[in-house]
Amino acid sequence: MSAAAIPARTPRSGLRALLSRQPEWAVAALALGLMLVIGAVNPAFWEPANLFSLLRANVVTGILALGVLLVMLSGGIDVSFPAFAIAAMYLTIKGMIAVGYDGVVLPFVVATLIGLGLGLLNAVFVHGLRMIPLIVTLGTGTAVRGLLLGGVSASQINIDEMPQRLIAFANTQLLTIGSGDGHVGLSAMVLVYLLIAAGVHLLLRHTLAGRGIYALGGGEEPALRAGFSVRNTRLLIYGLAGALAGFAGLLHGSMIWVANPRDMAGSEIDVIAAVVLGGASIFGGRGSVAGTMLGVFTFVLLTNSLIIMHIDTTWQRVVVGLVVVGAAGITAWRDQRRQRGAGRGVGS
Amino acid sequence: MSALASRLRRIDPAIAQLLLLTVLVFAGMSFLEPRRFLRPYVFESITFVAPELGLLAVAMMVTMLTGGIDLSVIGIANLAGILAGMFFHAVGGAHGPGLAGLAAGPVLVGVLIALGIGLLGGALNGALVAKAKITPILATIGTGQIFTGIALVLTGGPAIVGFPRSWGAIGNGTLGGVAVPALVFLLAAGAVWLILARTSFGVGLKLIGTSARAARFAGLRTVRTVWLSYVLSGVLASLSGIILSGRTNAAKSDYGVSYLLQAVLIAVLGGTNPAGGRGSVPGIVLALIALMLLSSGLQIMRFSNFLVDFIWGAFLLLSIALNALRTRRG
Amino acid sequence: MAEAALVELREISKQFAGVKALGGVSLSIRPGEIHCLAGENGSGKSTLIKVMSGVNRIDGGTVLVDGKEEPALDPRRAIALGIQVIYQDFSLFPNLTVAENLSIGAELREGRRVVSWRRMRAHAEEAVRQLGVALDLDTTVEMLPTAGKQLVAIARALMAQPRLLIMDEPTTALTGREVEVLFGVVREIQARGIAVLFVSHKMREMLDISERLTVLRSGRVVAEGPIRQFDEAAITRAMTGAELDEVAFEGPALAADAVPRLAVSGLSVAGELDDVSFAVGAGEIVGIAGLLGSGRTELALALFGMRPNYAGEIRVDGETVRLDAVRRATEAGIAYVPEDRLTEGLFLPETINRNIVAASLPALSRWGLLRGREADRVAADTIRAMTVATPTGERPVMQLSGGNQQRVLIGRWLLRNPRLLILNGPTVGVDVGSKAGIHRAIRQLAVEKGLGVIMISDDIPELCANCNRILLMHRGRLRGALPSGLPPAEREALLSERLRGLS
Repeated sequence: MSAAAIPARTPRSGLRALLSRQPEWAVAALALGLMLVIGAVNPAFWEPANLFSLLRANVVTGILALGVLLVMLSGGIDVSFPAFAIAAMYLTIKGMIAVGYDGVVLPFVVATLIGLGLGLLNAVFVHGLRMIPLIVTLGTGTAVRGLLLGGVSASQINIDEMPQRLIAFANTQLLTIGSGDGHVGLSAMVLVYLLIAAGVHLLLRHTLAGRGIYALGGGEEPALRAGFSVRNTRLLIYGLAGALAGFAGLLHGSMIWVANPRDMAGSEIDVIAAVVLGGASIFGGRGSVAGTMLGVFTFVLLTNSLIIMHIDTTWQRVVVGLVVVGAAGITAWRDQRRQRGAGRGVGS
Repeated sequence: MSALASRLRRIDPAIAQLLLLTVLVFAGMSFLEPRRFLRPYVFESITFVAPELGLLAVAMMVTMLTGGIDLSVIGIANLAGILAGMFFHAVGGAHGPGLAGLAAGPVLVGVLIALGIGLLGGALNGALVAKAKITPILATIGTGQIFTGIALVLTGGPAIVGFPRSWGAIGNGTLGGVAVPALVFLLAAGAVWLILARTSFGVGLKLIGTSARAARFAGLRTVRTVWLSYVLSGVLASLSGIILSGRTNAAKSDYGVSYLLQAVLIAVLGGTNPAGGRGSVPGIVLALIALMLLSSGLQIMRFSNFLVDFIWGAFLLLSIALNALRTRRG
Repeated sequence: MAEAALVELREISKQFAGVKALGGVSLSIRPGEIHCLAGENGSGKSTLIKVMSGVNRIDGGTVLVDGKEEPALDPRRAIALGIQVIYQDFSLFPNLTVAENLSIGAELREGRRVVSWRRMRAHAEEAVRQLGVALDLDTTVEMLPTAGKQLVAIARALMAQPRLLIMDEPTTALTGREVEVLFGVVREIQARGIAVLFVSHKMREMLDISERLTVLRSGRVVAEGPIRQFDEAAITRAMTGAELDEVAFEGPALAADAVPRLAVSGLSVAGELDDVSFAVGAGEIVGIAGLLGSGRTELALALFGMRPNYAGEIRVDGETVRLDAVRRATEAGIAYVPEDRLTEGLFLPETINRNIVAASLPALSRWGLLRGREADRVAADTIRAMTVATPTGERPVMQLSGGNQQRVLIGRWLLRNPRLLILNGPTVGVDVGSKAGIHRAIRQLAVEKGLGVIMISDDIPELCANCNRILLMHRGRLRGALPSGLPPAEREALLSERLRGLS
């Protein structure tokens, strides 16, 4: 028999092969291109103050995006995480004020656990009742937000009441440039973000549980036959996505010095846009931490640079919409070509 | 008796469940707050508030029939109202009698503009879903942002306030003692019911939702049919936008955001299968009535709007659970 | 008996919700033999596979492995005993690389938590080396052609040190050449002392490779023995239970100058069809025989408007038509009853009536409105004319038997008054009684309505009994026709012979 009779359809070398195997490079190239264009329109883009603030803006969106990535890898979608994030943040801070506690580690643990619990609720509905994730998370998100606003409180906690050590932690700076009034610093939270991303990367890439998430995205039946526990995998996915949201929520409140229970409404679309831009497929099984981080970076770059580009910020929604449609369109086109490729030679 | 029983057994279990729910909500509210709930005013106000939401739910159901979804309905509704409002302001001036007393002709043009936006927006959604094969969730999330964004760019943020009187009548008026928006809704829902149950397009839509592959082999025009379902959804959304702006005398890019969940909830509660193939207008109407009774009851009982939101969400989860249990048994 | 059977099944019975799937099946597989289990869809093959792999618990009978009874066989135990199944869909992860697909099962079996890519890669290289094939380990499985996916599945199964490899319909989606490659691999596996159980309803390949054959029908063994005792027609008859004495169909005499219903000349589709020319007259049933991947189905799809980029000329009743969409084909009077009734033909949860009128919706509408009563009437007429066995057309079509479902599908197209009817596997999964009835109905349609019929089938007796002419297809080309006017038995022998010559 001749083994060469079974060629793969992948181009084996060159740029196309690279992009086919690691689409992250395409997103990276896009980000770089955008930076060059924006920098050419307004050289102020390259000033450290702007670059640092861009990186800072990556943190919360990025952590949330990692959670969405997990859900999308399994072939689902999550729109409940902003509500979970804000609920975890608000409840934690409210609790801290009530008992007069000020600290850093314990609050983050509590917020993460609240998020975890809410995420597990999603898992129960998605796995136990076999319901489409979009509809489940639409329901849990609205219910949680409604309960928070109606059952707890709808008023925001301002900086004078916020736990001071939490704020101090969130505003730690890694390095500063310049001095006096003109000095700018890079938020240390970027480091937190990188650590979490590295953790999720290790999970997805180097643990069997993580590979189980990809396997589930490839197909539930094969995953079952191979011996994965689909139930446990779903609990992991939605639980971890919830936990990441809880953590990101508290970080968000600490970074902006305000705990507003109405915050982040509608931000699910931005985060989903960033994840899709990073190459993850809504059909599951495709996407990576690196791609998602690049997607978030590109997305934040695009939406935060409108002012620098002298474009009215009212255009932001239009830009976000175009990003979603464009990125999803490219993914659909790629999937269709793939299907057509695989469909050949079938039949009798 | 046995004839009745057999007839009852033939009723769709989803519809039966809904009827029961409606009766239960009604009885519960009448029992808890008989004085304040059992007043004509309560039911009258429902006929003014429910239609705009009902139209969105019907639109949602139409796209769910093929396993899709239209998350851009709110964006289309607001953009339709805003563009009509801008047209009126351009023709009749931004304030005063010129605007309020605008003749039937320009108002009709405004209606056509609004419906035209629904048509175009729906056509864009349909093209992205049916022709470009983009997942409906992402395609309509994206276009929803684009429509909202265009509305924001056009208005700069604040609401467009002040519409002609006759436009307001579409959202506020009564005809023979019945709320005009309710009439518009019944007319539109009746038309959609007819389209789904009695036209080759409607039957084809359900067949495609049942099995897109078999539909292709049966020679059905799947691309065109799916595309048309999004056009229909867009037009229904813009009609909702007309009623909404007529009722509130204003149009804004971020009105009615909470309607999205409620529209999905009513569609799912009304027996629509979000995976495609099943859904009906009577189911939507029943679910709409049940939830509207519930929400006015809750308002009478002085529940905060936020808690009402919570109940909507919890209700959606509950109806999912009930549907799951029913299909598991059946 | 020289040696003990590797796996022996004795009087196995199994019921599902009161319906008997297996009724006392006995089967024995010797070490290192290539055994074939044949049977039509629904004959109990899949259930039997699941019994041997421990997925299905049995209701009666005994399973013996190496002569020892295995009363509590579950999937884990079956794998430990060396029984591996390669499912028809391969059960691979399309989005993961070949290397990971090959090794992730082993990682799971070993109960690891942390995966080592180096260890997985070494494992995968070993798997590929053992099979003796070259596969790009870094490619994702979805980028491989079907044959490549199958090799991955085989390589993965071999890494579990099997002694019996069960392959479910392994040749279904392969081209003729790929089947040869597969058989080469299977013989090498056998040379290592591993037994292989082929499970298939396509008998052509079995003859080439198997040593022993067991035929299942309706949950019972109806024939078994060394393969040389069977020829193709005999296997088919055993599988279907049909008798040979079906009267051969003699179509009406065609006038030499009559315009044919369908005339195809120089039809080519890149990679699928190559310069195909033939004609089908009114009242004629033309059979198309060919091996897997011969292009038979592609020819049907091209005629049904599903290969819009074809080259060549197609004429219906003398008129040239351009069939670049299904709608064009149906408007030209071409009807197609597809191969896979359940996914391509029927709307399973919908009613029988809806399924019947599905292709005639515009015709049954006036000003866009469907004439409900008219639709019900024509559906009822169709149920009667096609003798679909049901008390009412309001039942879901999935409650019907295979034969009645097929009648619904043929009836669906008759509503459109077609001029050409293409049937792909017209009686696959249909029980014997209904089979003859469907054949009668097709013949009647050809004679009475003057339809041109193209019948594509693996079932040699079916083709020989029902077709005026039989064309042979191979690698996308027509390779001549079988002479007409022979008695069915001689035709069968000749067709078997010719098909064997092609491979």
